[in-house]
Amino acid sequence: MMPDTDPLLPDTPPAAHAEPLLKVQSLFCERDERVLFSDLSFSVGSGQLMQVLGSNGSGKTTLLRIICGLNDSYEGTILWRGMPVTDQRETFLASLLYIGHRVGVNRILTPRENLRWSASLHTPVDDLRIADALARVGLKAFEDVPCRNLSAGQNQRVSLARLLISPATLWILDEPFTTLDVYGVRELERLLAEHIDNGGSALVTTHHRLNVPCAVERLNLDGVEQPL
Amino acid sequence: MSAGTVPEVSTWGAFVATLRRDLLVAFKRRNDLLNPIMFFLIVVTLFPLGVSPDPLELAGISAGVVWVSALLASMLSLDNLYRADYEDGSLEQLLLSPQPLFFLVLAKNIAHWLISGLPVVVLSPLLAYMLYLPEGAYWTLVLTLLIGTPVLSLFGSIGVALTVGLGSRGLILAVIVLPLTMPVLIIGAKAVTDVMFGLPVGSHFALLGAMLAVALSIAPLASAAALRISVN
Repeated sequence: MMPDTDPLLPDTPPAAHAEPLLKVQSLFCERDERVLFSDLSFSVGSGQLMQVLGSNGSGKTTLLRIICGLNDSYEGTILWRGMPVTDQRETFLASLLYIGHRVGVNRILTPRENLRWSASLHTPVDDLRIADALARVGLKAFEDVPCRNLSAGQNQRVSLARLLISPATLWILDEPFTTLDVYGVRELERLLAEHIDNGGSALVTTHHRLNVPCAVERLNLDGVEQPL
Repeated sequence: MSAGTVPEVSTWGAFVATLRRDLLVAFKRRNDLLNPIMFFLIVVTLFPLGVSPDPLELAGISAGVVWVSALLASMLSLDNLYRADYEDGSLEQLLLSPQPLFFLVLAKNIAHWLISGLPVVVLSPLLAYMLYLPEGAYWTLVLTLLIGTPVLSLFGSIGVALTVGLGSRGLILAVIVLPLTMPVLIIGAKAVTDVMFGLPVGSHFALLGAMLAVALSIAPLASAAALRISVN
């Protein structure tokens, strides 16, 4: 399933990046005897937002999990700041923030307790930052409610609060908009824009048309441009 | 989102936070906390009813009964170790931490032992009294359990880590874990029985200690590798 066209279909001409942060070279992945992608190459630079598109089952989630290192059934090279990620896993993980389909929020704990643990796995932050982050994602007054009593959208917001307390350069977000309401969508778009503005980069899968002031590059795994 | 400060990487901090989190989850789910202890108590109390209330007969099997019950209680609570984390995505977050997975897994294993193993150790003299264990063997029983139950948690963790991604686990966990933990059961129970007959038990303790040392150094590595495979 070689894409006919170049998989990189930028909205606007990419800015001149000195060295891309993340570089994926001739990636090949096969699942259940079906080739998901072959010879897939792209790079994400500092201040770049990339939207991964593709029909259901085209391998968007697999691609993101491969980049994070959660899935190792692939061939090809993934470079972080010019070095293979497999040679510098800890450095790469320290710069990475991943939010998957399963948002990583324990249902018994409260949003505050969840964030405290998430932060401690990467960079510990004080409770004030956590309270601020929760307020910013609209969970003020819900800080100490067990997450099982919150809605799916609110749980997604708990995971998005992680974006605010993490110093990670690269955000990898898998369908982060699915359960959010319109205000949540707008808030996340603002967060993304801020992150890009600060020189961060992001890789996002969504079918939603991103309404952000910065340029959005598109990576289409189907090889055919889809109407948005 | 200040990118100015250098992130302070602290393995110890992540270790303590993970331990605290797992204990917090357990305390908030009282059932999970009480189940292994209740199971342990029930199984042991059934033996005088089912076998014989005769003190001599009970004394003979007491060490084995307490040890087998401790093993089963540990197995019963193993499933909680990674399952919820696998289902809600926390496990992926754990694997994506820049901290060494060895210590994070070890923290979870220690939490499991504190929840399921330590209460068994603490309650064992009471049950030994009920089963007419000779007085001289109490300390040996408590000590063998104290050294042995962490090994049960550490080896059990490997089995759970391997099977956490499977839809229906059924007995497969027991098939993987029991052969690993069998030597602990044999030596632990044997030490208590030997003390009852006035035999030296130094070598048994040496073996149990060696098992704990091996488990502490190898089991978290194996669990970490198994978790990576399960999430893959």
